[in-house]
Amino acid sequence: CGSSGPSPTAPCLSCTGGSRSGRSVCLNGIPSFHMSPTVAPHPASPPASANVPNDNEKPVGGKSKAELRAERRAKQEAERAQKQAKKAELGQGTAPAKPRLTPTEAPSVVKRLPEHVQVDDPAAQRKLAKKLERQQVPLRQDYGTKVNLFSHLHQYSRKKPLTQQMSIPSTVIHPAVVRLGLQYSQGIINGSNARCIALLEVFKQLIRDYSTPPNEELSRDLVAKLKPHISFLNQCRPLSVSMGNAIKFLKKEISCLPDTLREEEAKEKLQGTIDNYLREKIVLAAEAISKSAFEKINDNDVILVYGCSSLVNRTLCDAHMQTDRTFRVIVVDSRPRLEGRETLRRLVRRGIHCTYVMINAISYVLPEVSKVLLGAHALLANGSVMSRVGTSQIALVSKAYNVPVLVCCETYKFCERVQTDSFVSNELDDPDDLIVLRKGQAQLGGWAENKSLRLLNLVYDVTPPDLVDLVITDLGMIPCTSVPVVLRVKNVDQQ
Amino acid sequence: RSKLNTSLLLNRTKLPCCFLYGILLLLGNTDVLVLSCDLITDVDLYKVVDLFRTHDATLSMLMKKAYEPTEVAPGQKGKKKPVEQRDFIGVDDTGKRLLFMANEADLDEELVIKRSILQKHPRMHIRTGLMDAHLYCLKKYVVDFLVENRTITSLRSELIPHLVRKQFSAPTSLQQGLDNKEEGRKKKEQASLDIYSFIKEDNSLLKPAPDNSCWNDHRGDMNETLHEGKVRCYVHIMKEGLCCRVNTLGLYIEANRQVPKLFLNLGLEEPLVHGTAQITDRGMVGSDSIIGSSTQIGEKTSIKHSIIGSACTIKDKVKITNCIIMNSVTIEEGCCLQGSVICNNAVIEKGADIKDCLIGSDQRLETKGK
Repeated sequence: CGSSGPSPTAPCLSCTGGSRSGRSVCLNGIPSFHMSPTVAPHPASPPASANVPNDNEKPVGGKSKAELRAERRAKQEAERAQKQAKKAELGQGTAPAKPRLTPTEAPSVVKRLPEHVQVDDPAAQRKLAKKLERQQVPLRQDYGTKVNLFSHLHQYSRKKPLTQQMSIPSTVIHPAVVRLGLQYSQGIINGSNARCIALLEVFKQLIRDYSTPPNEELSRDLVAKLKPHISFLNQCRPLSVSMGNAIKFLKKEISCLPDTLREEEAKEKLQGTIDNYLREKIVLAAEAISKSAFEKINDNDVILVYGCSSLVNRTLCDAHMQTDRTFRVIVVDSRPRLEGRETLRRLVRRGIHCTYVMINAISYVLPEVSKVLLGAHALLANGSVMSRVGTSQIALVSKAYNVPVLVCCETYKFCERVQTDSFVSNELDDPDDLIVLRKGQAQLGGWAENKSLRLLNLVYDVTPPDLVDLVITDLGMIPCTSVPVVLRVKNVDQQ
Repeated sequence: RSKLNTSLLLNRTKLPCCFLYGILLLLGNTDVLVLSCDLITDVDLYKVVDLFRTHDATLSMLMKKAYEPTEVAPGQKGKKKPVEQRDFIGVDDTGKRLLFMANEADLDEELVIKRSILQKHPRMHIRTGLMDAHLYCLKKYVVDFLVENRTITSLRSELIPHLVRKQFSAPTSLQQGLDNKEEGRKKKEQASLDIYSFIKEDNSLLKPAPDNSCWNDHRGDMNETLHEGKVRCYVHIMKEGLCCRVNTLGLYIEANRQVPKLFLNLGLEEPLVHGTAQITDRGMVGSDSIIGSSTQIGEKTSIKHSIIGSACTIKDKVKITNCIIMNSVTIEEGCCLQGSVICNNAVIEKGADIKDCLIGSDQRLETKGK
């Protein structure tokens, strides 16, 4: 459920209405647990007084329906709590494992939310500010009023880069990392593969320039030295899932370095492992995926692609060059990024026959499409596909037209997070990108002055697993529901 | 206002190669920011440096819309600013990429623009009213190139236009195969001095990523982003704010005139009139005049639009308008000074009437001089 704010518009049926803005993740069937930072978990006490609307705040004209409902619910909770308190006195064996738990009774599994989805929580933001101050990384200010549903996410402006607050030359952050952060925030390097490759190259340079201070161990000190750089990159642009997985891998490799190695040998070993990771997980995986994907492309196929995915582009170019099948491509594009133009340029350059449409035209072109090939930013543990905003729309309409949807994704982008909606964890891009110059006039130019106008520029969206027919990975072609199996196998391998 | 850690301060505006070699040894493996010591500016330095970083540029520089000084500088009898010093600067649509740079002195009658520039950048804006602030971010390999190449003697007039031209010309090693005549031999000697040979491939971090990244700086043609050009020059053009070079007398005076207005903006919290100055008639001192410390000003002395240094002694009944008076100057009674510059330790005797003059240090002007 993505209920937010003090007055949920559509209260989720399985959860009790929470008045404090806690984020909850509904795992299929398992009820959600609200994180109320103000209320400490207290098993035997009555439910939080925050749930009960204060009698003094009744509207003059009588109670509204929602308030009546909330009051009734509160009464029920109070009675239930009393019952359980009695039961607990009588027999301690009965664990409160019943599904209807009060929100204050959080059981053992408590998920801690990452900072980047708690922007409207001042305590979390204070913690972040303290952490950044300790690491001497500047804090980037949010820009513009956000849409209410997404007020828990960061929204930055491209015109106010982080380097505004840093000294020249930068003393704390390595200059290569500053450059990388700038290239991320200005959009010069985008796409999950490109960002990950650039990140690993910069880390190689960091390791090259690193020297262990005396009385320190490389395995521990290097990880500590990497942390401010990672925070800096996170401030420039929220880390992608591919980058996050690469960083986890690197940290593990560094901490597993044997102490017997000299510094030079250790650094060389690390650079070797980074090169291996790049080669195996990204380059070779791309080759493998492209090979298995273009087996699926038949003669006289019409393939629909969306946006600009490096993997899909590579597949199509390889299919065109290495086989003699004739196929044509329909490139679907959407504002404000208009990445499809770059796909179009790359495909037409190879001589592939292309059609270019905007996303609002997909229902017109889908009757002639034989398959849809999509790229992914990440694959989540419940089989959902997280990709550029608009992907789920294409998958939905394709399902309606019975067109098979194939997603290409490397295994290093598999993530253990679970998401069923696009609201909880997303990225907000610069809202000024939506301002368009037509005939010298900037439409929406004065949006900030208008108090009732908010601009939303979402970057990602989540496609549910039942809309995707096949996922093509370097391990083979698997259905969406096998993603948790792959993750489990990967975890076993790493241990 | 961004903090600048200066590691080296040089007192010359023209940097010959031997200096650069010395800098090379000191700085090691980093890119350099070169700025002239006669530059006064409040530009946000991160804007210039960010252009350099984001686009992995070879050169990034700062320019400002120039204003012609309206008044004639003292000491120069009505000389008009010669027209040949105009600079033609060509920028692309975004206003950031520097495409073309030529000085009118180097041109005969026509402005020649290479076709390769227009093929890659169909829209170019050519501007003449820009003043170069002589602030450059240069890559390390440019410094290496300068060290090897002894023919380049000046940064601004030779190196920068060379780099701007090199953006659109192929490396000379490619042209070498084409002609085998004598020119081929000459080019062989110069081949090693081509800047492309200094660019180290592995330093370019944009290389593996652009195949995957979907950013392109232009659209409408089939070329890769940035046309795969390795040499790229960028410029940041300031629209508002203070940026002046005080390399001529006229500009120096103009800068001095602008400083009182910008005192607050520059973050200086000292009052315009220094605390230790002893002024008898406060009302006769204009609101935009700056008076230094320990200066003594007598009665009935009117000071308007002027800047007076420290430890000066100005006696009674003196009229000072539009002047720049440096430290430790003595001005006797009854003088009238207009539009002049008076350097350190000068003494001006009683009754002198000075208009649009330039008085050097330690000079002594006799009584009732004109």
